[in-house]
Amino acid sequence: MAKGPALVSATAGRAREPIAAEPVIGLEIHVQLLTASKMFCGCAVAFGAPPNTLICPVCLGLPGALPVTNGRAVALGLRTAVALRCALAPESRFHRKNYYYPDLPKNFQISQYQYMDHPPLGSDGWLEFTAEGAPRAVRIGRVHLEEDTGKLLHVEREGAVSHTLIDYNRSGVPLMEIVTQPDLRSPAEAREFLIALRAMLQYLRVSSGRMEEGTMRVDANVSLRGADGAAGTRTEVKNMNSLRAVERALAFEAARQADLLAAGGTVTQETRHWDERRQLTFASRVKEEAQDYRYFPEPDLIPITVEQAEVERVRQTLPELPAQKATRYVSALGLSAYDADLIVRRPPFAAFFERALALYPNAKALANWLTGDVAGLLNAEDKEVDETPLRPEGLVALLRLIDEGRISGRIAKDLLPELVRGGADPSALVAARGLEQISDAADLTRLVEQALAAHPGAVEEFRKGKSRALTFLVGQVMKETRGRANPDLVNRLLRERLGG
Amino acid sequence: MGIDRAAVDHVARLARLSLTEEERALFTAQLGQILEYFARLSELELGASAPTSHIMSAPAALREDVVRPSLDRDEVLAAAPDAEEGFFKVPPVLEPA
Amino acid sequence: MDLSFLPVSEQLAQLRRREITPAVLAEAYLARIAALDPSLHAFLYVDADSVRAEARRWDARYAAGGDLPPLAGVPIAVKDLICTRGVPTTCGSQILEGWRPPYDATVIARLRAAGAILLGKTNMDEFAMGSSTENSAFGPTRNPWDRGRVPGGSSGGSAAAVAAGLAPWALGTDTGGSIRQPASLCGIVGLKPTYGRVSRYGLVAYGSSLDQIGPLTRTVEDAALLLEVLAGRDPLDATSAEVETLEMRRSLSDGGTGLRVGVVREGMGEGLESGVRKAVSQAISLLGDLGAEIVEVTLPTIGYALPTYYLLATAEASSNLARYDGVRHGLRVPAEGIYDLFARTRDRGFGAEVKRRIMLGTYALSAGFYEAYYLTAQRARTLVREDFDRALGAVDLLLLPTSPTVAFPLGARVDDPLQMYLADIFTIPVNLAGLPAVSVPCGFAGGLPVGLQLIGRAFDEATLLRAAAAYEQAAGWWRKVPPS
Repeated sequence: MAKGPALVSATAGRAREPIAAEPVIGLEIHVQLLTASKMFCGCAVAFGAPPNTLICPVCLGLPGALPVTNGRAVALGLRTAVALRCALAPESRFHRKNYYYPDLPKNFQISQYQYMDHPPLGSDGWLEFTAEGAPRAVRIGRVHLEEDTGKLLHVEREGAVSHTLIDYNRSGVPLMEIVTQPDLRSPAEAREFLIALRAMLQYLRVSSGRMEEGTMRVDANVSLRGADGAAGTRTEVKNMNSLRAVERALAFEAARQADLLAAGGTVTQETRHWDERRQLTFASRVKEEAQDYRYFPEPDLIPITVEQAEVERVRQTLPELPAQKATRYVSALGLSAYDADLIVRRPPFAAFFERALALYPNAKALANWLTGDVAGLLNAEDKEVDETPLRPEGLVALLRLIDEGRISGRIAKDLLPELVRGGADPSALVAARGLEQISDAADLTRLVEQALAAHPGAVEEFRKGKSRALTFLVGQVMKETRGRANPDLVNRLLRERLGG
Repeated sequence: MGIDRAAVDHVARLARLSLTEEERALFTAQLGQILEYFARLSELELGASAPTSHIMSAPAALREDVVRPSLDRDEVLAAAPDAEEGFFKVPPVLEPA
Repeated sequence: MDLSFLPVSEQLAQLRRREITPAVLAEAYLARIAALDPSLHAFLYVDADSVRAEARRWDARYAAGGDLPPLAGVPIAVKDLICTRGVPTTCGSQILEGWRPPYDATVIARLRAAGAILLGKTNMDEFAMGSSTENSAFGPTRNPWDRGRVPGGSSGGSAAAVAAGLAPWALGTDTGGSIRQPASLCGIVGLKPTYGRVSRYGLVAYGSSLDQIGPLTRTVEDAALLLEVLAGRDPLDATSAEVETLEMRRSLSDGGTGLRVGVVREGMGEGLESGVRKAVSQAISLLGDLGAEIVEVTLPTIGYALPTYYLLATAEASSNLARYDGVRHGLRVPAEGIYDLFARTRDRGFGAEVKRRIMLGTYALSAGFYEAYYLTAQRARTLVREDFDRALGAVDLLLLPTSPTVAFPLGARVDDPLQMYLADIFTIPVNLAGLPAVSVPCGFAGGLPVGLQLIGRAFDEATLLRAAAAYEQAAGWWRKVPPS
């Protein structure tokens, strides 16, 4: 089993020593697995159900209930650990993590603890990604499985919390915890890592990885590197609910620690929460005592044997992973590395791209449109392409209309928003609105004559050598035809007419 | 190895038991006695023994990822100490863990 | 013999021959419960109307003829540690007083499918922690042979009910002897199956790696019959075994010839009451007369079983009992904040022994002590298991007294927890090894029952029950009933 890169290559692409006051960031990511039922019982995993309607004796922790492990959750965890190049524990066992909290019905959580000769599901892996154009790798400390907790709802009356309500629908949902080593060097890098990890999880079909929906949650450990090169005291940062929040929270915290140290103070080891409204981190109001989780092996679950043959089978049947995909886009399809990365980092894009490619072989054209105009429209609405009515067939139809000369690129760009929002058929739109490109020589000649007649000043300018005037005249014809004139033909006709 | 009052208090806290003064004294004495008796385990030669955490040697039983019916919420909440609008209800819980 | 003391096998025969009806049978027990339970306190809950209604249903089924399930119309008492849907399940504790589970334990579902009628829920030591049923939050149960004495525990209510003819048979649970010891003290049969033989789904957990549900009956044949209904792999219990459920009764009358029985030297030493020693020795002789080969074996680590058990069981229990916090079920003591809610509810809701064991278990698992206590106990458990495996490699069965003493007086040991723990010194090792064991009556000492314990190989309940049946039929103790 290949070992992971040493720390030296974790900083590959950075030909320098770590610097003082540089942030040292590690991430702890909890990912909700794409299973139909919960981790230890048959209750459905579903969003938006009325409170406490997806519960049973097991996930409610009723007296007498017993857990039984969801085989699919184990398979998804295994797939992830293999894809992240982890060493797989030959025997995977569960432990009880004992602490009291009302969202935890048994007052213990079934998880996997790393203890002595009981390593968790996967350990010592790594993930490669690009940050600021440079290749990076971050070491994955461990991957393990556990169950989610219920949800608390604090009810306020007259400005104070009067009571708390509990919904256990989420209790027992399968979670996979992924913990990195503190290899990240900046908030931006952390964000890039999370984008890459999310893409990986989506390609593997183990999770939807959406922070806004809570299917991916991120906690961070932040410290600053001291003058001696060692990492300083670290704080834990929680409650970051989007990638942007992660980046901002980490930036805030790093700056806060830097200011503190610069003023001669010391960083307290504590948990801090990100406040999205006030854009700052604050320390817990309630003094937290050090937790003694009293881990011990879960007696109700027999350890799972992970055969080497099974690991190999999983490795052989992994889907194409982001790095391989990007490489293929560059070498086989001729995309630039930059465009390949832009597509690959958004799995819905890649899926869309590949389906479109099956219908329309011009990869570069597809890539340009996707990474340009389509991406722009999606980003404006903060959506992924599979959350819109735009279909690969639709985009391909649009591009074919351009290829056939039936519409201009300009018209195509104008039509695109409608495809993205409403998913209409481009041909139908073109016909209905009479947007057909005008390429008939006689028609264009007449329009060119009209423009020349209307703008003698521009003609003069052109004759004096101002090529700008030609552009102006082309523009006038385009305006007159509401963009339907074939701009290349207009350009040629004008030149012929002006003799330039 | 006995046990002292501070340890008893610490353990009571971990176990969420609010003991009376009387209980704290009684338990300190009794637990101390019991732990002294348990100390005889150190007479055994245990170095080579693997710990038994599961007495059954069967392979792990994994469940198919199939949805099964959930409980009737009304029946569950009827047996709960306090409930409101489909939720379990408790006094204010400050701060995430 | 009075109907109420007939073995279930005989009752079923009479039911099938239409000599009696389920209503008659149910009424007989309800009458005895009404007359005798006030002085015995074996039951915590009996819904007589419901029992009668169920019995009438089965009356009609018998009258209609046709195929009937194996236990059709026979009542059974169930220890209050086992979840019965819609029927109060207290576990002998104030913290669950009045709680009605929204689901049935798997064994209850199997019993219902077999046609059994739930007669009532029986008294027990709180959360199965105890050896006398004096730790019940609702008052102790009394031994039907002498009401000034304990019935044993923690399944004291079930044992007393069967011994006194208040139920034909009952379910108990056994973590360190809680079926066998009360069976011994009450003069009936108590069987702890191999760990994994019977589903634990719906059994309120005490020591998860040790707990098993099992029968308390008047005869060995009844125990075999009941085990056949209870046993089997349950997809809801990951620790339940994928083992063929042999017909437990198949070899019951094969007799004692050909069996090798190992008398455990450490069980016949000091600490045994003389009356117990005498009765057990006579039983060993009788087994020899029946054709069994008797040898002496040794289990050198048996003396370490008690601390090993108490460290492991209490550690698991400290975690299993964390869920009782006033939030989702049972007792809640009002408080302004959540920490106080937990602490006050648990303080008021739990009795002293439960608190003691939670404290012990929490300590054993806590930071800095895990290796010295919990891990050490797990290693010791391996040694105990290996001792048993070694001994059972040379013989078919091991033999020990079930309890070193007969029933002790109420109140005699409540102030000395360690002394109380010693009541289980011969039963605890078996749970550590996960093996099956049965206690059968083997005589009396001073008018009080003495029990003989036989221990078998894993999943070899058939051999165990065969030997027990051979002894039982030859000795005849099963015919003795306590004075009313």
